[in-house]
Amino acid sequence: MLLGPSLAVSAILFSIGVMGVLLRRNAIVILMCIELMLNAVNLTFVALSQQLGLDGQVFVFFVMTVAAAEAAVGLAIIIALYRHRDTVNLQRINLLRG
Amino acid sequence: MNPLAGTAADWVGLAILLPFAGFLANGALAFLKPKAKRTVSVIGVGSVVAAFVVAVAVFLAVRAAHPAVPYVQTFWSWIPVGDLSVNAGLQVDQLSVVMLLVVTGVSSLIHLFSVGYMHDDPGYARYFAYLNLFVAFMLVLVLGASFPVMFIGWEGVGLCSYLLIGFWFEEKEKADAGLKAFLVNRIGDVGFLIAMFLIFTHLGTLDFRETFARAPQGLAAGGGTVTAIALFLFMACVGKSAQIPLYVWLPDAMAGPTPVSALIHAATMVTAGVYLVARANILFAMAPVASAVVAGVGALTALFAATIGLKQWDIKKVLAYSTISQLGYMFVGVGVGAYASGMFHLVTHAFFKALLFLGAGSVIHVMHQAYHHTHRQADAQDMRNMGGLAAYMPWTARTMWVATLAIAGIPPLAGFFSKDGILGAAFARGQGQPFYLLVWLLGIVAAFLTAFYMGRLMLYTFHGPNRTGDLERPYLTEAPWVMTAPLIVLAALTIVGGALNLPHVETLRHWLEPLTAQSAAFVPDLALSGGVEIGLMVGAALIGIAGLWLAGRILKPEALLPPERAPQETGFAKLLLEKYRVDEFYRRFIIEPLVWFARVVLWKGVDAGLIDTAGVNGSAALARGLGWIGSRIESGQVGTYVVFFLIGAVAVLAALLK
Repeated sequence: MLLGPSLAVSAILFSIGVMGVLLRRNAIVILMCIELMLNAVNLTFVALSQQLGLDGQVFVFFVMTVAAAEAAVGLAIIIALYRHRDTVNLQRINLLRG
Repeated sequence: MNPLAGTAADWVGLAILLPFAGFLANGALAFLKPKAKRTVSVIGVGSVVAAFVVAVAVFLAVRAAHPAVPYVQTFWSWIPVGDLSVNAGLQVDQLSVVMLLVVTGVSSLIHLFSVGYMHDDPGYARYFAYLNLFVAFMLVLVLGASFPVMFIGWEGVGLCSYLLIGFWFEEKEKADAGLKAFLVNRIGDVGFLIAMFLIFTHLGTLDFRETFARAPQGLAAGGGTVTAIALFLFMACVGKSAQIPLYVWLPDAMAGPTPVSALIHAATMVTAGVYLVARANILFAMAPVASAVVAGVGALTALFAATIGLKQWDIKKVLAYSTISQLGYMFVGVGVGAYASGMFHLVTHAFFKALLFLGAGSVIHVMHQAYHHTHRQADAQDMRNMGGLAAYMPWTARTMWVATLAIAGIPPLAGFFSKDGILGAAFARGQGQPFYLLVWLLGIVAAFLTAFYMGRLMLYTFHGPNRTGDLERPYLTEAPWVMTAPLIVLAALTIVGGALNLPHVETLRHWLEPLTAQSAAFVPDLALSGGVEIGLMVGAALIGIAGLWLAGRILKPEALLPPERAPQETGFAKLLLEKYRVDEFYRRFIIEPLVWFARVVLWKGVDAGLIDTAGVNGSAALARGLGWIGSRIESGQVGTYVVFFLIGAVAVLAALLK
């Protein structure tokens, strides 16, 4: 039931997330795009669990937990970065250049 | 079961171990108590005399049993690799026992002489350590039951020769002389190695017994293989026994102490090449071309070295060239197939040449002492500083005259019979092959020159007025008994040594027959008709007498001037004095091109150019360049990384889903 549209939506969401990660320069926005990708995957899990059993739904909780932790750590890093460099523009943060 | 098993021959290893133990003891003393000369003398001389006693016992056992096949004692398996199996073994037979007796006997006398000669030298213990080590290695060479074991001795005596030539290494030219001997010998040793490889490839063994037993079936007589083996073996002999073109090291080897020259560079080590040919006689007999080369090189060397000996002033240099010349005779002997005659000359030469060198040593010792007393810097070895010494050192003069008559081939001394045996064999071989007549002719001319230069040496050294100097003259006395006693023993041996192999009795030839019988099939009969033989003998004796007579006739010891006032030589005499400038020739055409090649091509070109630039620095630059390219990817831009990550992820997915 509605498997095709669900997967299509999740694919669109995932692509938006990827494009955002690739094209945006603001670290916070990139972090949000990553969340978007994670949630697109979550949607896929839920949609497919109709046919493949409840494992997918359980997995979604794990993903959300990890995403929450990642958001907390990621935002903390960005704040620390901002304090040092006065910017969250990732193009200007290239200390590890070879 | 070999008849020698259970006899004294079982103990032949002792003859090697005793001098080796002497080496260890004296070597330790050289470090710990270099002043303990009495102990060093007792150990040094005692160990070699003990080895001589063992040798006599072994000889008596061999004489009693007279085994038809060599008696081989195997101690352990030395090189067991695949098909190659070399045992550490010693071989007792008629040939090795002759060498065993000569080496230990002459060594004993020379060790005794050294006690007097080296008495005041600070390196006394070191000297005896080296000398004992030499005897041990020489006996390994002589007794080894296979080519590799012999090679150990072969290299070992080379090492001792190097150590003893450069014994007074504080003087650069003496150290250089040692180095020269070592390096020139290496050239020959390559031949020994190649010969061993060939023998193993074609016969599958390196044992003497096996090799010589398999050779007649395994190799084609006169074929390329056996000729190559024989020629490579001879190359080793050319180096070790100082033949043309590798003889140049031997005259320089006179830089060592004189007893060393007597032992190593006259009586024993340099004859190793002759021994090798006699040992491998079947290989040489099967290769007539190689044998002709041996005889030809020997005859040429005999004549060539004798001519240089005509104009040398250094008493030891004369004897050195004489040694080279006499070694040439021995090679003529073994080259024409008269293996017993070659060995016979080896034995008699060991007696009279050791005697000549020790006599010269005695003269130099006394001259040196005289100059030492008056603090005069003069050459104690230059015959122009000698003269009339017979009045001061009668025993040295007498014994040296015995040796001179022997080497000149005056009957009935040992040298007459041995040299005549060789020349007679060459003449007999020349009946069928005219090449050997040429060899014989060269030998005859060399014999004449030998008599002449020996007459010259004796005349200038012992007769005429004394030129040592008025202040020094009172210090000229006979050498101590430890030095004259060996001279007298050697003189006695020189007188009676001919009895070893008298014509038609031929004790030595029959003695060696079990080892040379195999070759007899390949070598024509060398017997001469009675009339010709007597004619040759009388001729040889007359030539010796003529040489001595001519020396006495045309040389004027009274007219000799000391070296510093001597006039410049001109023409051919100058060429002889400068030894045909062979050393200069080698320097110009071999050493300098080699050094140039090493410096310009190998060092500057290959090492500095190729290896350093392309190899070492090149690979470093390559790594650095690759690293630079890699570092371009590391932009520090997270976005770029993500792009790569994405591309990678898509690629992995694509690969998985395919």
